[in-house]
This record gives sequence, C-alpha cells and structure tokens, in this order.
Amino acid sequence: MVRGVVLRVAKAAGRALGRGTGLTVAPAEGGQKVVGPQAFGALNWSKGYATNSHDHFNIHRNSPENNDETPFEFTAENDKIVKEILARYPENYKRSGVIPLLTLAQTQNKGFLTLSAMNKVAEILETPAIRVYEVATFYTMFNRSKMGKYHLMVCGTTPCMVRGAVKIKDALCEHLGLKDYGESTADGMFTLSEMECMGCCVNAPMIAVADYTKGVEGFTYNYHEDITTKDAINIVEHLRRGEAPKVGSQHRETCEPAGVVYEDQWVPKPEGYTTLTGEPRGPYCRDLKKEAAEQKS
Amino acid sequence: MTTAGMRVWSLAQNLTANLVGNETAWLVGGQKTTTRTVTTTMTRLFSSSAVADADKTEEEMPEHMMSTIVNGKEIWVPKGSSVMQACDAAGVDVPRFCYHPKLSVAGNCRMCLVDLENHMGMSPKPVASCAMPLAPGTTIHTDTDRVKKAREGVMEFLLLNHPLDCPICDQGGECDLQDQAMHYGSDRGRFVGTKRSVVDKNLGPLVKTVMTRCIHCTRCVRYATEVAGVQDLGVTGRGGASEIGTYVEKLMESEMSGNVIDLCPVGALTSKPYAFTARQWELKPTESIDVSDALGCNIRVDTRGTEVLRILPRNNEGVNEDWISDKARFQYDGLQRQRLNVPMVKENGALKPAKWEEALFAIKEAVGGLKGDEMKAIAGKLVDCESLVALKDLMNRLGCENLSVESVTAGMEADVRSSYVFNSSISGIDEADCIVLVGSNPRVEAPVLNARIRKANYEAVQVGVVGAPVDLTFQTHHLGDSVAALKDLAKGKGSAFAETFKKAKRPLVIVGPGVLQREDRDVLLSEIHNFVDKAGVVTDEWNGFNVLHDAAARVGALDVGFVPSLGEKPSDKPAKFVYLLGADDFDAKEIPEGAFVVYQGHHGDAGANVADVILPGAAFTEKSGLYVNSEGRVQMARRAVSTLAESRDDWKIVRAVSEVLGATLPYDTIQGVRERLVEIAPHFGKVDSAPEKPVWLNGQYFGAHAQKVKGKKALDKVPLQTPITNFYMTDVISRASRAMAKATQARQAASTAKQ
Repeated sequence: MVRGVVLRVAKAAGRALGRGTGLTVAPAEGGQKVVGPQAFGALNWSKGYATNSHDHFNIHRNSPENNDETPFEFTAENDKIVKEILARYPENYKRSGVIPLLTLAQTQNKGFLTLSAMNKVAEILETPAIRVYEVATFYTMFNRSKMGKYHLMVCGTTPCMVRGAVKIKDALCEHLGLKDYGESTADGMFTLSEMECMGCCVNAPMIAVADYTKGVEGFTYNYHEDITTKDAINIVEHLRRGEAPKVGSQHRETCEPAGVVYEDQWVPKPEGYTTLTGEPRGPYCRDLKKEAAEQKS
Repeated sequence: MTTAGMRVWSLAQNLTANLVGNETAWLVGGQKTTTRTVTTTMTRLFSSSAVADADKTEEEMPEHMMSTIVNGKEIWVPKGSSVMQACDAAGVDVPRFCYHPKLSVAGNCRMCLVDLENHMGMSPKPVASCAMPLAPGTTIHTDTDRVKKAREGVMEFLLLNHPLDCPICDQGGECDLQDQAMHYGSDRGRFVGTKRSVVDKNLGPLVKTVMTRCIHCTRCVRYATEVAGVQDLGVTGRGGASEIGTYVEKLMESEMSGNVIDLCPVGALTSKPYAFTARQWELKPTESIDVSDALGCNIRVDTRGTEVLRILPRNNEGVNEDWISDKARFQYDGLQRQRLNVPMVKENGALKPAKWEEALFAIKEAVGGLKGDEMKAIAGKLVDCESLVALKDLMNRLGCENLSVESVTAGMEADVRSSYVFNSSISGIDEADCIVLVGSNPRVEAPVLNARIRKANYEAVQVGVVGAPVDLTFQTHHLGDSVAALKDLAKGKGSAFAETFKKAKRPLVIVGPGVLQREDRDVLLSEIHNFVDKAGVVTDEWNGFNVLHDAAARVGALDVGFVPSLGEKPSDKPAKFVYLLGADDFDAKEIPEGAFVVYQGHHGDAGANVADVILPGAAFTEKSGLYVNSEGRVQMARRAVSTLAESRDDWKIVRAVSEVLGATLPYDTIQGVRERLVEIAPHFGKVDSAPEKPVWLNGQYFGAHAQKVKGKKALDKVPLQTPITNFYMTDVISRASRAMAKATQARQAASTAKQ
C-alpha cells in the first residue's frame, strides 16, 4: 500500500520534470510541493560527485606543505621499485607507468602528492608535467593536499547508505570533532572522506582505512565491514593507540549468511534461511561437457 | 536506383540544393571548391537535355575515391574520409564544436551526431560524424528527427553549465555556441540548481580567460600540444568538475598563443587587448598581409572608423595555414602610438612641424650640388615594393648606387633569385624528409613556419641545427656551433643524423638570418654552397636550398634590385646625404657624421632620431602595397584605414621628392609603379599566386660566389645565432605596441622565475 503511494508520487514528479516548464516541482514530505532549486538544496553542487579526496580545486594552490620549493626525491629503496615499475613497459611507452609511480610517490609522501612529487614522476617518465597533473587530478584516489596519518573512507553508495552509512559518518564526525567529509582532525591523525562503492555490498556498511604511518613498506589499505557506529569508533580508537583493528567483517568470518547490520545493530540471522531456499529456477547453464559428448557421438 | 538515375532524381528534387551542393561535390570530391559558375549549372538544368546531360557526365570513379549518399544526394569523396568530411563535401552543414581540420579528432562535444544507414538498416544510435570513418555502402542522414532530437539534447547539456552572459561576452556575435543554439537550443531549460563556476586562468597578457564559459572541446589543449608545441595546457579533474588549465599558474610560453582565441568556439579564451572594444558586426574587414615577419601570413584587418581594432588570420594553405604569430595578431596597437603624422624639418637642432613644401625644399637644398656617390639610401623592414622601386629609380637618376636594405643586405647579391629565396616553397616543408637549420631560429624569425617544421617533425622528419642550441618546441639534433659541422654532414658519417641526411631524398637546408647578418656572411655562404653541392640538396625535381629572411621587405628589395646595379660598386666616400626609407635598425656607423638625413616612415624611432627632415609615410594597414615573402610569393597588403593626418602613401612621397629634385619619375599612378615593377621582375604581375620555382643555375652562381670570397676567412669563434633577441619587438610597429611590451615583460618574468 505504502509502496503504491510512493510510486504514484514519483510518477507525478517524473511528469513534472518531463514537462520541462522551467519550474521543476519535486515532491516533499507531507504532500507539500517545493519549487525550484530548494528541492535540490541538499545536494553538494560544488563537488558534483562523491570523492575520497579532500581536494577542492583542480588547480594548484601554494600551501606551507605543498609549494614550488617543497623537496621530493624517491628514497633509495623506492628507486628500486621505480625501476621495477618502468621495466614493465616498453621504453617508448614509459608514460604508461604514471599511475603506479604516482601511487608510489603518494605512499612515500605520507598520503598526498606534492607538486614536486608530480614533477618528479614527469621527469622520470620524460613527459610534460601537465600530463601527470591531468592523471593525478582525474583519479580521486590521488590526494593533492595534506592528509591525516590515517585516511578513513566511508562507503556512500546505495547498499551501505541503506544499511546506515549516514549514521556512521555522523558518529565519526562527532567522535573526531569534524563537520563534514573532506576534513582532517586537528592533531593530523585522521582524514575523513566519502568513497564510492568498494564492492563489498554484502557486508554493508563498511569503511576503508589507508594507513600512511608506515611508509611504502608497511602501507595498508584495509576494509572494515559490517560496522555499527560503535564498531567504527572502536576502529578509530584502535588506530589512535597504534593497534591493529580487526580487518574485514567485524561480526562474521567472511560473507556467509550469518546476520546483518540493521538499525545500527548487528542482528544474527534468524532461524533458517529466509531467501533462496528452494531450487533455483531456470534457465540453467548449458552442460558443455555433455553437449560435446553428444556432438561426438 | 542507378547512380545516374539517382543523380537525375536529385536534380529534379531540389533545384536550389543542386546549385550549391550536388554538382560541386561529386565533381571535385569536396576537397577543392568548384570552378563552375551558377550560370552554367542553371543553363544545364533548364536545357531540355538535363537528363542526357547527367548521363554524359557519368564517368569512371577514380581509384582513390568512394561514393556515398548524403541526404539523398550522391557524392564522391576520397577514401578514408570521415563521415563529417563527406557531409562537408556534400555541402550539408553539420554543427560542431570540438572538430577542427588542423587538429587531431577528439570527438568529445557530440554535437556532430548524424544517422548512418547500410544494408543492416539504420544505425542503432546517432553517430559522432567527426570520429567515424566512412565505410563503403553507408548512407548518411543528417535531417532525421532523431538527429535533430539528439543534437538538441547535446545542446541542452552544453548549455547547462554555460553562463548566460552573452551581452558582456566578447565572443558575442561570432560565437559557435550562440549560433548553433539558435538552431538547436531550446528557449527554456530544464536545469535547476547552481551552475558550475570555474577559476579563471592567467595565461599571460595576450589571452583572456573566462573559464566558466568553457565547454571542454579541448581544441586549445590539442592546439597547444600539437601545433604550438607548448605542453602546458591540459584537462584537470573529472566529470562536471573538470576544467581546462595549466594546473600551476604559468605563462603560455608560445609565440603563437593567440590562435587559441580563434579556435575557442565560445568566449572562454578571448583577446585581452581587444577585450570590450567592439562587436564583430561593427567592424569592417580588409584582407591583407602581415609584415611582422618575412612569411607574409595572410591576415584580416578589422577596423572601425580610422582605428585598427584587431587582426585575425586568413587561411592560406601555402603560407600560414590557419595560424598567425602573436606579433602579427597583437602588434596593431602600435599603429596608434609614436606616429609621425606631419612633415618635420630640423631647425637649430630641433625638429619642428613643417608644411610638405618646406620639407621637400629643405631636401632640395641639401641635395643641391651633391654628386651621386655622395648619397646613400637605406630601406627598412616594412617597406612595400612600390616605394622601394620608386626610391631605387630616383637614386639611380641622381647617379647614386649606394642602395641597401638595413645592415643585412649590404653587399648581398640580388642577381640570382634562387640564391636568396625559400626555393622549396613553404609548403615544400611538408614534403621534406630531413631538415637542417643553419643559423636560424624559426621560432622567433617566423613562428608559423616553425609550426610547419614541427608538423613535419611530428611525422618523423628529423631536424638538425647548426648554430647556437635553440629550443624549437620539438626535438632537434644539435650538429655544431659553426658551419664546420656541415662538412661532416656532407660526408654522411659521424652521427645517426648524418646518415639519415645522406639517405634523404628530399633534404631541406634552411639558411637563416643568423648567417645573412654576419660580417663573414659571404664566406659562410660559400661553405654552405659547397655543402649543398656535395650533399645533393638540389636535384632536378627538388630544390632544398632555402633562405629564410626575418623582415617583410627583404625579398621584395632584392627582387626590385635595391642594391648597387650590376657592375657598379658602392662608393667608399662618406655619404653627405642619407635617405632612410623606413629604416630604423641600421648600423650607427652607416650614417656618417654631419650627413643630411631624410627619414621617410610612419613611426618615430631610431631613424627619426637622427633625421634632419621627416616625411610621414603610411603604415602597412594604410596603403596598398606589394610584399614578397621569403618563398618569393608576391602578395598585396590592402588599405584598411586612411592615412593619418598629413602622411601620404610612400611611393607618392618619393615621386614628389623626385619632382622637387628635378629627376621626375615617369609614373603618376600606382598602376604605373606596378607596371614598372613588372618590367623589372615579371613575377610582380602575379599577385597572390603560388610562387614559381626560381631558375637554378646548377651551381654556376656558387662557383662565381666562391671566386669572390677566395682568401677571406670566417670568424669561427662566434657561434651562429639568430639576430632576434626579443621576438615581440623587432620593428617599429611592435616596438611601439603596448601589448608587445607587456608580452615581453611577462616572458622576461617567466624566464627569471625559471632560473
């Protein structure tokens, strides 16, 4: 019944949009109509898309920790890795190595790419610097301004959102004293960001943590799944103390049907399976072996 | 339907379309315009034998062509054409933003959507025609409802984030987006919310940016990367947040940066000096020739009233393609400053305005009683051929043989044309397979030519440089500082480049002003001649010996023989009377102490400083004059604005002087002067046509030249280098220009920042 009403409202909204009268009417709670840009006021148009990065500009702005004079050199150990990366590509297609090299530079440089780091990569690849800037600004996993020691990324795509990503964000913001995504804590420990789907929807909601404290060698990028607000804060506190929080699902082995996070609570599975209990309906996969045998005979 | 049948059908279907499209297209495949006039087509159509006629023109399709049908009309296009090129050939208009014939295909604006149809039926969705190669058996539709709807959709998306600031946008009136929105735009949008805003970039004092207007066609990025060779522009960010820029604020260090203004289909990149000056429909365009370098780029001078408001390039595939240099484009404000607009005579050590009579009679008084060998005439960089020939005739009548074009050509021989022009022609660069530059930096001497060499280089033609190392925006092989390096090159040994050069079938040698403007020029030229002979640069089919000049008047002056006549020698006596025809870059020692100096020209510069009498002439935008470019192409600069105040056309001034001096020249009209030019050199009669290959004397000239320089020695220690130190300021107009001064400052600031 409720679903039917929602559908009807949605259809009405669709019609209003489709009419293209210039004044768009979007439905709001309580049957009131909200006219014009207010309907979209909640959306963050300045960014236009979710990003794990807290870079607001796609141009360079000098800052104390990232300016023309900030030095950058690959360490001797990482130089070996650079050579290894370059060896993967033909000499005249060196430029293909731009992403792995930028990643290496970012991890070495405590989580973000300075101008000089990008210039260094351009120098190694013998390509104009702008071609490296283009790549670094395109991919949201490259950061171009100072990061916290740990980069907390909350998945904000539909399944996680449905399972309580917003609550997790709010809890983390409150716990860390931040206002929104894209900010870092005053002590420089954490940067909080939103991220697009990380592909473990079955264990929603989840956060990923990039650990920049241990350099290239000890760099980790871990998923923490099936989290409640309590778990999230627990993970952050573990990290603050320098301990290793539990990686993967917080409440089950992997993704076996053991339960679900519901209303910020881990709810173990009810008695027996509730879905997919019968035989799967067809059409089934072809039995290729059998077909081959039949063809032979 | 058969091909012939189809053609007849379409003839009957659409009479008017036939007049423009059909006939034109299938005859020449759209690569060149038709020579058929409308009248002949009309006669053909209305004659009773229209059908038979169509059959008659049925001819075998050449091997390299393929046929296709655009909106029901059959056309022939070269194989490998894109769908868009086929539409263009058919005369069907396809809207576009990102496609540009001189740049690589990006296919990212999606405005050029068309429907394709083959034996499988209609294409499942509209296709971007610029990026789609035309396959055999494909029919193109540009007039279906689906195409219209798709283009309207694209237009709506483009307009989502485009600001509605046309009234304050400099592109207004000549904006691709504005024009096409008239066809495909809706009168209302469905977009609510805030439009995207983008930080404006600072690209220097010439190009103004309003990045919010950008529609991301990436033409400027491709131009900077592919043509200008400055890899500074790029697309940063992604999706709705992507923007065009340099990421780090920096000057666009190109001598051709102004062309991005023409390329930009919207008002994101506009001209800074021209900002808020005029609307396109207020301007009167005049087709003319640029004189800021010796390339003779084709330009359009836009004027309002008596003022030149901007200069734009005109397409000429043989010379400048679609580009002009920043100096050619932005120096026009120099035409308003430092002008000489009244005659002046020196009285008690100071120049005072005078009447024309007073000035002319002051000259008569000074010349009176002087012998021919006590006089001297020096012509400048911007002088037209008419005034050159008039002055030459006048001086010769006075018995004077001391004629030269600024310091450079003193003593240069003008007898053999192939010894001082760009023999292979400028478009010959496209055919060359190995290029050697001797004492030349085309990036500052002729940036558009440099772009052409860069294009050749992009297609794997190697470029070697003899002289001081230069950054030409592409990879070059530095062969050595002096012409001695040519000896190894002639042998074809010693380096990979030498071997490539030896194998080359159409090698190109460009001798620059770095050689021509040296004291030991004749010796160096002799060594270069030797090299040209040994290395086989000149064959029966190919002449790769090229001379690149750096001043617009130079080849013209040599063509009219603005040098001592054959068999005559310039006198050694110090001149008592010097006639400077627009000469400002002369050597100070060329004007002896106490000489009476007449300066005829349009700007108060070095020449006017030393003058006793000033005769105000006309700048290149104020007179009709012939100029010969480096390759020997005669082109006409046309009058765009009237002359200033008391100033007059230059040849008329010389004519007036001749009458006062009692050596009246025999021509009274500009036609008369041009007839005289043709008498001296017949090619002056062929204005605007491609230059004929100059006669090559098979090295006879080289031999004679070698005899002349026997025993002289080259100044080996001084490396060859271009005489131009500042690209933006090379002549009186650019030196008086504020835009060029700002560009110079910006460039200097950028180079200090680099160090």
